[in-house]
Amino acid sequence: MPTLTTPIPANPAADWLPVAVFLVTAVLFAAVLLWIPRLIAPRHPTPDKARPYECGERVSGEFWQQIHIGYYLFALVFIIFDVEVVFLWPYVRVLGGRLIPQGLGLFVFFDLLLFVGILVVALVYAWRKGVLRWE
Amino acid sequence: MEIPLSWYLILAAILFAVGVYGALARRNAIAILMSIELMLNAVNINLVAFARYVTPRELTGQIFAIFIMMLAAAEAAVGLGLVLTVYRNLRHIQVDEINLLRS
Amino acid sequence: MSAHQLAFLVLGVLILVSALMVVTVRNLVHAALFLILCFAGVAGLYVLLQAEFLAVAQVLIYIGAITVLILFGIMLTRKITGGAQPPLASHWKAAGAGAGAFLLLLLYVAMTGQWQVSDQPPMDSTTTLGLALVTRYVLPFELASVVLLAALVGAVLLARDETR
Repeated sequence: MPTLTTPIPANPAADWLPVAVFLVTAVLFAAVLLWIPRLIAPRHPTPDKARPYECGERVSGEFWQQIHIGYYLFALVFIIFDVEVVFLWPYVRVLGGRLIPQGLGLFVFFDLLLFVGILVVALVYAWRKGVLRWE
Repeated sequence: MEIPLSWYLILAAILFAVGVYGALARRNAIAILMSIELMLNAVNINLVAFARYVTPRELTGQIFAIFIMMLAAAEAAVGLGLVLTVYRNLRHIQVDEINLLRS
Repeated sequence: MSAHQLAFLVLGVLILVSALMVVTVRNLVHAALFLILCFAGVAGLYVLLQAEFLAVAQVLIYIGAITVLILFGIMLTRKITGGAQPPLASHWKAAGAGAGAFLLLLLYVAMTGQWQVSDQPPMDSTTTLGLALVTRYVLPFELASVVLLAALVGAVLLARDETR
């Protein structure tokens, strides 16, 4: 097993100040927009106005409806392949940056192929079980 | 190094204790799953902090953290599957009332 | 106090307050939303620790996938949000005492432990992780996909109602 080389030092000057400014601005923007109507809009609540709005119809049934199990199964398949993408990303960075140690290229390639292949089995299983079909 | 390592450790310790409390005290099975996710996050904070402060050339702790995230996703998927199975059979998921195995 | 320390304190307060809300609020949907806030705070901590890749992975996996799954789970087991049922078990005081004692132990270790803090500059998070995954940690990397396969098979088997 080759030793682990550490090629690139972290960028110490990576500047996250714009991100912080963006976050603060976003929160302030939403807060101010919610706050202005409280200041200037007239409010005369009546029971009819306080009801949830359903396109003008009378509200029928309970608010908390049980959702279809299909949503959960879809989310299940999604979470598996979400994690796969997270694992593949550093991989791709290494391949693209030509950082693979000498003579390991094929090994790394089949490595990746095996990783994706096993998850293709998972996809085929979900497919055969009808998870991808909306009943 | 502006922030001492102990700050991260103390924060992670408090977060882990909050998760332990939630996992022990909550009645709803999904709330217990959420508390377990809190505990896993506390562990990840510790691992990444140690990777940054103790082994900054190898970042071993970050590799552990990424595998823990993967396992957390798998755990959430299977755990919620179990909760759904219990709900289908008992019509509730209050863990202190689940006693099917008590004869 | 430097900007880094200020950012740490803000993130720490955000994480701890939202975590406390997760374990105490009655409405489970609100608990899940506070969980998202807590995860976002932890992602901010990873940025402070120069682990940018883990910050992105935290957002993608925890906020984007796990919380969505939990919210679907909450909506599938309905009539449990709010209602007259107490959210805490009868032994919540004992649970609090146990968690508090455990916290004291952890704090003792965190404050008194001696760690050899290295003064070397840290490595780039993404490429270091990628190289480690193709060299020293090849086997765990492949096993990760096996774990994901097993989790998908198990969860699909559990969640699908075969009798219907």
